[in-house]
Amino acid sequence: MRHRDPLKRKNDFKEVSLGLTEKQADKEAARCLQCKKPHCVSGCPVEVDIPKFISFVKEKDYLGGLKKIREYNMLPAICGRVCPQETQCQGYCILGKKKRPVSIGALERFVADYEATVGRPELPEVNPPNGHKVAVVGSGPAGLTVAADLAKLGYDVTVFEALHEAGGVLTYGIPEFRLPKKIIQREADFVKSLGVKILVNHVIGRTLTVEELFADGFRALFIGVGAGSPKYMGIPGENLNNVYFASEFLTRVNLMKAHKFPAYDTPVKKASQVAVVGAGNVAMDSARTALRLGAKKVYIVYRRTEREMPSRHEEVENAKEEGVEFMFLSNPKEIVGDENGYVKALRCDKMVMCEPDESGRRKPECSGEEFTLDVDQVIMAIGQTSNPILIRSILGLKLWGEGYIVSDKDGRTNLPGMFAGGDITTGAATVISAMGAGKRAARSIDDYIMGRTETTPKTPEPALTS
Amino acid sequence: MFPILNKTKIAPLVDEMTIKAPNIAAHAKAGNFVVLRIHEKGERIPLTIADTDKQAGTITLLFQKIGKTTVELGRMEPGESIRDIAGPLGHPTPITQYGHCVLVGGGIGSATLYPVLKALKDAENKTTIILGARTKELLVWEDKFGALADEMLPTTDDGSSGRKGLVTEALKEVIEKGPVDLVIAVGPIRMMKAVSDLTRPHAIKTIVSLNPVMVEGTGMCGACRVTIGGKTRFACVDGPEFDAHEVDFQELERRLSFYKNEEQQALHLFLRRRKRKVTSNT
Ligand SMILES: Cc1cc2nc3c(=O)[nH]c(=O)nc-3n(C[C@H](O)[C@H](O)[C@H](O)COP(=O)(O)OP(=O)(O)OC[C@H]3O[C@@H](n4cnc5c(N)ncnc54)[C@H](O)[C@@H]3O)c2cc1C
Ligand SMILES: Cc1cc2nc3c(=O)[nH]c(=O)nc-3n(C[C@H](O)[C@H](O)[C@H](O)COP(=O)(O)OP(=O)(O)OC[C@H]3O[C@@H](n4cnc5c(N)ncnc54)[C@H](O)[C@@H]3O)c2cc1C
Ligand code: SF4
Ligand code: SF4
Ligand code: FES
Repeated sequence: MRHRDPLKRKNDFKEVSLGLTEKQADKEAARCLQCKKPHCVSGCPVEVDIPKFISFVKEKDYLGGLKKIREYNMLPAICGRVCPQETQCQGYCILGKKKRPVSIGALERFVADYEATVGRPELPEVNPPNGHKVAVVGSGPAGLTVAADLAKLGYDVTVFEALHEAGGVLTYGIPEFRLPKKIIQREADFVKSLGVKILVNHVIGRTLTVEELFADGFRALFIGVGAGSPKYMGIPGENLNNVYFASEFLTRVNLMKAHKFPAYDTPVKKASQVAVVGAGNVAMDSARTALRLGAKKVYIVYRRTEREMPSRHEEVENAKEEGVEFMFLSNPKEIVGDENGYVKALRCDKMVMCEPDESGRRKPECSGEEFTLDVDQVIMAIGQTSNPILIRSILGLKLWGEGYIVSDKDGRTNLPGMFAGGDITTGAATVISAMGAGKRAARSIDDYIMGRTETTPKTPEPALTS
Repeated sequence: MFPILNKTKIAPLVDEMTIKAPNIAAHAKAGNFVVLRIHEKGERIPLTIADTDKQAGTITLLFQKIGKTTVELGRMEPGESIRDIAGPLGHPTPITQYGHCVLVGGGIGSATLYPVLKALKDAENKTTIILGARTKELLVWEDKFGALADEMLPTTDDGSSGRKGLVTEALKEVIEKGPVDLVIAVGPIRMMKAVSDLTRPHAIKTIVSLNPVMVEGTGMCGACRVTIGGKTRFACVDGPEFDAHEVDFQELERRLSFYKNEEQQALHLFLRRRKRKVTSNT
């Protein structure tokens, strides 16, 4: 896939990856062997019929290919860009055993973008209205998917979103240079065109309660409120000025457009030497955003090694090209402040990886040495946990871990009429797994309302535990 | 969109605004706040819900025009609308029958004590309210409070109304006079800290409402974090009210000053642009 020149792109927020040209797409599609038993499909959490959609591309019927994908995946322009393909579909492609796997994600993105160049998307068939109302809380990928699938079945669906814009993490978390906002807008518009209503500024549990929604005639409720609450390490200095939690840093830029301050009212502090703690997608996004705000030096500080980094492979490559420096086996122990309470340095332990334990996992351990990085900003990106507001307001809802909802694989919670999916049930995961959960929940909500299942569910087992 | 129904100036630099927001009005409790954004390019700022009319579906906000957003809000008129308002947010003030409650308000903070006073009265508490300001005309809602509280003690720095001096002096006398079961203080950080220092030796339960910088107000960013009893807490979902004796006021003050330069820049730019607009109109 083509990428913009690192030296140029690191100064602006325009998309880094340019996608495939038509010629490249044709060539890439031609590489697919059209396997009878396609491994790639088993690597995709929503089991997109990959060989089939690629066969349309081979025939240059791009819209046909897109239609095929949409049967499984509502948001192809987004998934093509942000799925960790190397561990999902492409990680299983048979060609990958010997050489390069088929670039499935890039093809997916290509057909979705192609549609945008030829005009309005073709609407799928929508059943006539069946008169049943369903409420969806949260407009992230899980919520949008449930809403779209139920709307297609004829349900009257309303999505309630706490923030002033729809999209969840896609809107406030993932930066423009990786996922342009106009693409999220396009996908949200598509969902709306199916008849779904999206009400922003509605904090469910506060602006309206769950009881009121049921009393108002909603037959079922889907909870897709995500895991957006930032975790922190609890080390000294974490509340100094110029220590950001990644969620705040990214929200200021992505949702509030702080990089355009003062044209937009929300500011963000620009720094010259930045340490980002963590090595997931959130850390990569923060590091590359800091570069784009003008930082001269950006470090990724991670306590394990390159091999264990959980972020999407392509973004690590992009970050390296743009000049982000990686400090592996480094564990922060204190953020040091100056006399005014502003960050001036980050003290870290040097780590070593131990031999694998019984479970086969290798753990980092202090080597006894330490070092100090001179920085004027620290961004903590060590993970997120469940969003508390709605959960705290529902009595009797069964939870696990740090406040995640217990649901079975079809999204049923222990309470009748209440379904859940996405990060709020699994802990921070991926866009496509949230969508997959949304798809399954839509099916079981339909079964529930149509009386095809018992009304009081058995207490489900957690879908996933960590 | 949230239509503005009414706007009045109640003190120099302080406006009262009534806004149509039926769902928020229906659910607001004493101590709750909203986060609002005036327009597409605006910042999200928190403001306490100072009063509600559930029947009419309206909320009343009081704000001090100290920066870009509050100055711009003050220039909006009935008939115009605010683009986004989310709420009610934050824990409501815990209301039970405490006995004798003393409410201490400094500046604009005073007015936001109004729903708290109302709720405490409804729960059959004896109430004293101490209102503090620099000078008489900066005292807000004096009459509204006077009508409701059992005892009302205005104080001004210059003695132009009520007793001359700081709210802490009035509070000290109240504490010496008789038993006090609860103190709630809202206002500038230094005032809240002074109140906290005063009640600590008497072991009087004291609640303060903190005002850190916020972004979304729903627990998802951590901008509003404060240190309470040595632990990090998010004011928007764990507060904004906390046990005064546990609050790290110094940290709060430092964190609040973090964007000072940007705040000044935004305000100057706004005022300059406005001026140009006005001159070109005439
Ligand atoms: C910076 C960042 C980068 C990422 N990069 C990738 C990537 O490259 N690839 C990938 O696959 N995944 C990535 N992820 C993870 C992925 O974005 C999430 O797994 C996914 O968005 C979860 O979807 P969701 O629908 O469960 O919740 P979210 O996307 O979190 O959406 C939840 C929504 O619910 C709203 N909400 C919360 N409470 C309420 C309430 N009480 N009432 C109303 N609304 C409420 C929230 O405001 C939010 O909009 C990334 C995450 C982050 C933070
Ligand atoms: C829970 C909560 C409830 C609040 N309720 C009210 C209220 O009812 N009425 C009201 O007038 N204000 C209230 N505030 C404060 C209000 O949010 C700020 O005054 C507002 O954000 C300022 O925005 P601005 O753009 O006008 O000024 P800015 O340009 O952001 O700031 C201008 C000046 O105000 C100071 N400042 C900035 N943010 C705050 C803050 N959060 N608190 C105090 N000073 C600040 C700055 O240091 C600077 O000196 C509340 C704050 C919180 C957290
Ligand atoms: S949805 Fe994601 S995992 Fe599935 S085929 Fe598309 S890019 Fe691959
Ligand atoms: S495994 Fe690879 S080659 Fe086989 S069908 Fe899937 S994409 Fe094509
Ligand atoms: S304002 Fe974002 S967590 Fe409180």
